[in-house]
Amino acid sequence: MKGAALIAAVLAALASATPAAAERLISSLSSHRVLITPSFVGTELVLFGTVEHDATTVPRRGSYEIVATVSGPRETLVVRRKERFLGIWVNADSRSFVQVPSYLATLSTKPVEQITSLDTLRRLQIGLRRTMLPQQIGPDTADVVRDDPFRNAFLRLKQSHGLYVEEPNAITFLTPILFRGNIPLPAGAPVGTYDVELKLFADGTLITRGGDAFEIVKFGFEQFVAASAVNHGLLYGLATAVMALLTGWLASVIFRRD
Amino acid sequence: MQIYLPIADLPVNVFVVFAMGLAVGFISGMFGIGGGFLMTPLLIFLGVSPGVSVATVSSHIAASSFSGAITYWRRRALDLSLAAMLLAGGIVGTAAGVGLFTYLRALGQLDLTISLSYVILLGSVGSLMVAEGVRAILRVRSGKPVELRRPGSHTWFHGLPFKLRFKQSRIYVSTIPVWGIGFLMGFIGAIMGIGGGFLLVPMLIYFLRVPTNVVIGTSMVLTLITMATATVLHSATNHLVDATLALILMVGGVTGAQFGARAGQRMRGERLRLLLGALVLAVGVRFAVDLVLRPEDLYSIRLLDGAQ
Repeated sequence: MKGAALIAAVLAALASATPAAAERLISSLSSHRVLITPSFVGTELVLFGTVEHDATTVPRRGSYEIVATVSGPRETLVVRRKERFLGIWVNADSRSFVQVPSYLATLSTKPVEQITSLDTLRRLQIGLRRTMLPQQIGPDTADVVRDDPFRNAFLRLKQSHGLYVEEPNAITFLTPILFRGNIPLPAGAPVGTYDVELKLFADGTLITRGGDAFEIVKFGFEQFVAASAVNHGLLYGLATAVMALLTGWLASVIFRRD
Repeated sequence: MQIYLPIADLPVNVFVVFAMGLAVGFISGMFGIGGGFLMTPLLIFLGVSPGVSVATVSSHIAASSFSGAITYWRRRALDLSLAAMLLAGGIVGTAAGVGLFTYLRALGQLDLTISLSYVILLGSVGSLMVAEGVRAILRVRSGKPVELRRPGSHTWFHGLPFKLRFKQSRIYVSTIPVWGIGFLMGFIGAIMGIGGGFLLVPMLIYFLRVPTNVVIGTSMVLTLITMATATVLHSATNHLVDATLALILMVGGVTGAQFGARAGQRMRGERLRLLLGALVLAVGVRFAVDLVLRPEDLYSIRLLDGAQ
């Protein structure tokens, strides 16, 4: 009798300590490779998946919620602020944001603040405001206070270019376990590898994670031009100069009147 | 119709870019200027990064000035020996300018220097040209004879040694001021990222008294060589020349330059100078306004230098 109570207590403790034991997230993307061709003007990838159950899954009281974080290749950016000096506006102060995602999207089934507690959001770095954006401060890098003007300007400028996205309704559940969502990719999204991290919540707790990745690559003509410009700079320059002379000469022949 | 630019990394409307090339080409053919001081700000306005703009515009200018130069060559309205002398000074000037460019970049105030030189240079040169143009037109209106050339009015540098006769231009001057002008062109061109035709044309007219019709063709030859060189150098060092963008601009540019050259030949010299002066002044004022007015957004974002 005593033994049975102990086993029950241990099981209960295990259940509360590892609530993620039961469900599994299975997901995929409509494409794992986005090609930049001459007609590329940005695109949308479809993210879809299902919450898999097994025999041990306990039924949840609330519905499932999903938060997807998509982050692009990292880059170092400088944010400059203009100030008035002797009547003209000049770049005065500047901050470097070191190795921050070039693209960052937080997509979810509903506003993230309604999915889980602020504490959990902060710990898991969910949402643009809660993502680490390390700045160069002297010889060190550190993330400063959340309402730093440079940090806010950085987020605002990135969002205005469509590179930082927060869409609280981008993912929808088609059935209680089947979901799909859209990842918006603007034309300015840089080439490279993009990570997709999925988090499944129920009743405000993180149950399990899933992940995927895709890449954006230049293709065909675009790839050829970009590669020759970098690998054979001098040849590329000579070819461009010859192209300029040919264009100029052709025009003078075509438009010749005398 | 949208097309994605492989180096500039953004999609642009082909017809918008073509129209820009056409318009700037027309102006460049008409006045014998490269049009870089117009095209570079236009591209930046489209969203192309300043580095790619400056580098790509050089190839566009090369195409425009080559087509223009051929047209002037057929009319024998250019002076090759004068162009060669200017080029000799220009090469030294470019080297000196690139040196200062690198130094200013290290200081971190290159953008401001470029803006200020645009304001000062374009503002003063534009005002001078407008004033001179208005005076010339008023003289014509009041019935006085047009002072195209003043054969007797020699300035101090006409007494300098190493005199050379430039047959096409019908001038006999020392090579020192010619080299000096060439040096200045190369120097300013390297710092401001422009061909400098809008400066060269008035300087040749006012200082060396080269006839207006020969000036334009000669300036185009000089611009052609410096800009073709710049295209190759920019490609070899910074990999910033966008061939797709360049081709669209070129096709528009050379077409526009043909019509511009014809319009320029039909127009009277003093009116041409007044128009060009007004244009140069307008761009200078535009830069001044941008510097003085409170910008819409105090913050700007850019990739760290070197990463492009």
